[in-house]
Amino acid sequence: MKRHLISAADLSRSDAVLILDTAAELASVAGRPIRKLPTLRGMTVVNLFYEDSTRTRTSFEAAAKRLSADVINFSAKGSSVAKGESLKDTALTLEAMGADAVVIRHGASGAAHRLAGWVTGSVLNAGDGTHEHPTQALLDAFTMRQRLGGVAQRGNGLDGLRVTIVGDVLHSRVARSNVLLLAVLGAEVMLVAPPTLMPYAVDTWPCKVSYDLDAELRKTDVVMMLRVQQERMSAAYFPTVREYRRRYGLDAGRMALLPDHAIVMHPGPMNRGVEIAAEVADSPRSTIVAQVSNGVIVRMAVLYLLLGGAGEEA
Amino acid sequence: MCAMRPEHEPKRAVSGPSGDQEAVGEDSALERAEASAGKTVLTPEEIRRALSRIAHEILERTHGGEGVVLLGIPTRGVPLARRLAARIGEFEGAPVPCGSLDVTMHRDDLRLRPARALQRTEVPPDGVDGKTVVLVDDVLFSGRTVRAALDALNDLGRPRAVQLAVLVDRGHRELPIRADYVGKNLPTSYREMVRVLLTETDGEDSVLLGERAR
Amino acid sequence: MSDQWLIKGVSVTGGPAVDIQITDGEIVGVARGIAAHGARVLDAPGLVALPGLVDLHTHLREPGREDAETVETGTMAAALGGYTAVHAMANTEPVADTAGVVEQVWRLGQQAGYVDVRPVGAVTVGLQGRQLAELGAMADSAAAVRVFSDDGYCVADPLLMRRALEYVKAFDGVIAQHAQEPRLTEGAQLNEGAVASRLGLAGWPAAAEEAIIARDCLLAAHVGSRLHVCHVSTAGSVEIIRWAKSKGWQVTAEVTPHHLLLTDDLAEGYDPVFKVNPPLRTRADVDALRQGLADGTIDCVATDHAPHPVEAKETEWAAAANGMTGLETALRAVQLAMVDTGMLDWPGVADRMSARPAIIGRLAGHGQPIAPGSPANLTLYDPAAPGEPVDPGAHASKSRNSPFAGMALPGKVYATFLRGVPTVLDGKVTR
Repeated sequence: MKRHLISAADLSRSDAVLILDTAAELASVAGRPIRKLPTLRGMTVVNLFYEDSTRTRTSFEAAAKRLSADVINFSAKGSSVAKGESLKDTALTLEAMGADAVVIRHGASGAAHRLAGWVTGSVLNAGDGTHEHPTQALLDAFTMRQRLGGVAQRGNGLDGLRVTIVGDVLHSRVARSNVLLLAVLGAEVMLVAPPTLMPYAVDTWPCKVSYDLDAELRKTDVVMMLRVQQERMSAAYFPTVREYRRRYGLDAGRMALLPDHAIVMHPGPMNRGVEIAAEVADSPRSTIVAQVSNGVIVRMAVLYLLLGGAGEEA
Repeated sequence: MCAMRPEHEPKRAVSGPSGDQEAVGEDSALERAEASAGKTVLTPEEIRRALSRIAHEILERTHGGEGVVLLGIPTRGVPLARRLAARIGEFEGAPVPCGSLDVTMHRDDLRLRPARALQRTEVPPDGVDGKTVVLVDDVLFSGRTVRAALDALNDLGRPRAVQLAVLVDRGHRELPIRADYVGKNLPTSYREMVRVLLTETDGEDSVLLGERAR
Repeated sequence: MSDQWLIKGVSVTGGPAVDIQITDGEIVGVARGIAAHGARVLDAPGLVALPGLVDLHTHLREPGREDAETVETGTMAAALGGYTAVHAMANTEPVADTAGVVEQVWRLGQQAGYVDVRPVGAVTVGLQGRQLAELGAMADSAAAVRVFSDDGYCVADPLLMRRALEYVKAFDGVIAQHAQEPRLTEGAQLNEGAVASRLGLAGWPAAAEEAIIARDCLLAAHVGSRLHVCHVSTAGSVEIIRWAKSKGWQVTAEVTPHHLLLTDDLAEGYDPVFKVNPPLRTRADVDALRQGLADGTIDCVATDHAPHPVEAKETEWAAAANGMTGLETALRAVQLAMVDTGMLDWPGVADRMSARPAIIGRLAGHGQPIAPGSPANLTLYDPAAPGEPVDPGAHASKSRNSPFAGMALPGKVYATFLRGVPTVLDGKVTR
């Protein structure tokens, strides 16, 4: 693997399958008396979070600690960043602190790219603006394989799996990473959203597009709901929350259209009652809770593969 | 960008057995070709007899296999452990629990090469607490793999005792580790390479001794 | 200092080698084998003589942003780029919306002495787009403002734009519009296309530029006024301007050197050196702009030289300032994009980079043909100089944000003469 994980496009198919297989192996660690591995002992992982995200941050923190790494949490609020320190200066501070890896979440697309130019350690993109969130896509893929991948999963991708992603694709870094990763793993991706929330030039992406949710639900194995922010209404992306929910919300009625085996996913946090109804979120089809626990082991796998060996290969 | 591969070992001029001999993961075609150019030091028949003998020894020293759990160290320790388990099961008429123990995450040479793919760790349902765990591996060389296995085992629970069974002991220990059960003692020089082939992984049973390439 | 010069063996706008004789700031002879006793001699074999370049669009940042550039450093950079006159845009601090500020900038230019600085006056007070600035006072001032622009911002209010177009007719002024419909480009970061979509950068639609240009062409025609369009960047804009000209409307337009060469895929690494307003667009847009410049639909090249201090560019993309430096690389970039591709010859370069900008800016004394009687504003350029990679660290500009850093641009400005006095000799400023 490369030194950094900034975009899902950084991963070849064999890289991605390796991560999933490694995560599958690491899953058993949680069941052991000692829920830790010594692999990253003596290494320092810094969580550099410019956006509030307790869930993702604690997920990375747990992953790093289970590999015996030291974790330093650097949150933007109340730090030198709030006083106007630039990203570059923060990067230099982390370098001086000896960070072996920096996990960065930032509101600007490309922040992880820029950071990678200023630090010698590994950079893990935990979400940059509306660009990408590769570990989310990895844990989503892992969850799909876990639930639908059959008995012998090791070495497998997601070939032929039909995945439908619904919601504010335009502003979603989760969607971008998922489209790239799922395509590399052999899945067929369908994006469903109102035209205003579809990215410009989406026809150049490795996926199909539809505005008709009901038609797509009948023939999908996975439906992934994306969060819709209410602020999008004031920028005229859709007229009202009510209209959005009616046309693109996953309620119990729509859930009944799904094939029997199909699962419902959501990267969280959810707007219950907007893009997803409460009874859907709580149904047995929903993998939302599993996605969270899978997040830790997938991030452990990524940290191990990035940091657990010698430097990078060409 | 390059794909991540399970560990590929270039031949090294630097001595130190802790690398090549105990590589986990698939060996390269180069290594196979080099190693097969060597002399056979154990034939399939000799391997079969050695395993039977070890199985009997295990039964002797553990009061008939009471509380014994076999854990093979991947890659080739695993089929060996299964064969031993099968033999012991035949002799005693009762199955002995068998599994595998991946040591990758506990190796002391992790930072010397790119991160390797993990192998399977499968612990039998009754676990290892209070059991006599017999670690099984194909070749005992520097002892570092076994040390890593002891660390990994420690995280799984607290066995009553830990023993070690190996098909070949080639000497050159770098740590105070010894095997309880040895198929064959094979004095070697550092320059030599011991190669174990098993039907389950390589299509045939054989132990070869060859020179490392320069 | 002698005020007599004899430039020997130079190719005037690509023609056969001749000599140029200069006396007291004026060209007195252009012929072969001129003898001029007492004149300083400059041997110029292989060089091309162009009328001194005129930039219609430069940001000198003074007053207010002297950390990025001053009139002195900016005009030094201009001279090194072969310029003898620059129009300094009004988005300074304070804004150049009064006679006082424009006269200050004009005087700073005179003191520095590298090029003639013609300040551009703001169209609206404080560039706020609400109230017309005192355009007449600025026109009547010592700075003799003729070009008015809110560049940096669009004059978006259609009524205000109409009024401005009408008002400047009284003193032969021209409104230079920065065409960017603000509502369509709120938070925009990069050309709206496949690249921005993939990079997660908010899109900047071409239609936001084209819609304003179309509107303004119609308004200018309606009130019978001149209109100049700043930094055209899309194929659609070129078509609209071509259509407006075909109707005989008084519309002129400029293009930057970077829009003739660079495309939006350069943003892949999120390096803000490529962040500019209007944004870099696609290959098809670059081709249409080149064609437009070649056939005269686009009247001139204007640098939009926009210096920024390091901290304004060494950030994540969204936080970075827009703009690229361009004075010192402009002619070389135009050679690469237009001359070396056979789309424009040297007389064409003289027209687009000197004659027409001077006409649009109503700048007397510049852009004149290289002939006896013309002021001696000259650029001597070596198109065959080895293509040295651009090194912003060696630039005279205070700022380093050049998108051509490391790129091998052909050619080199050898000398620049301002009214018979060399400001640049052998590629270096003379003082």
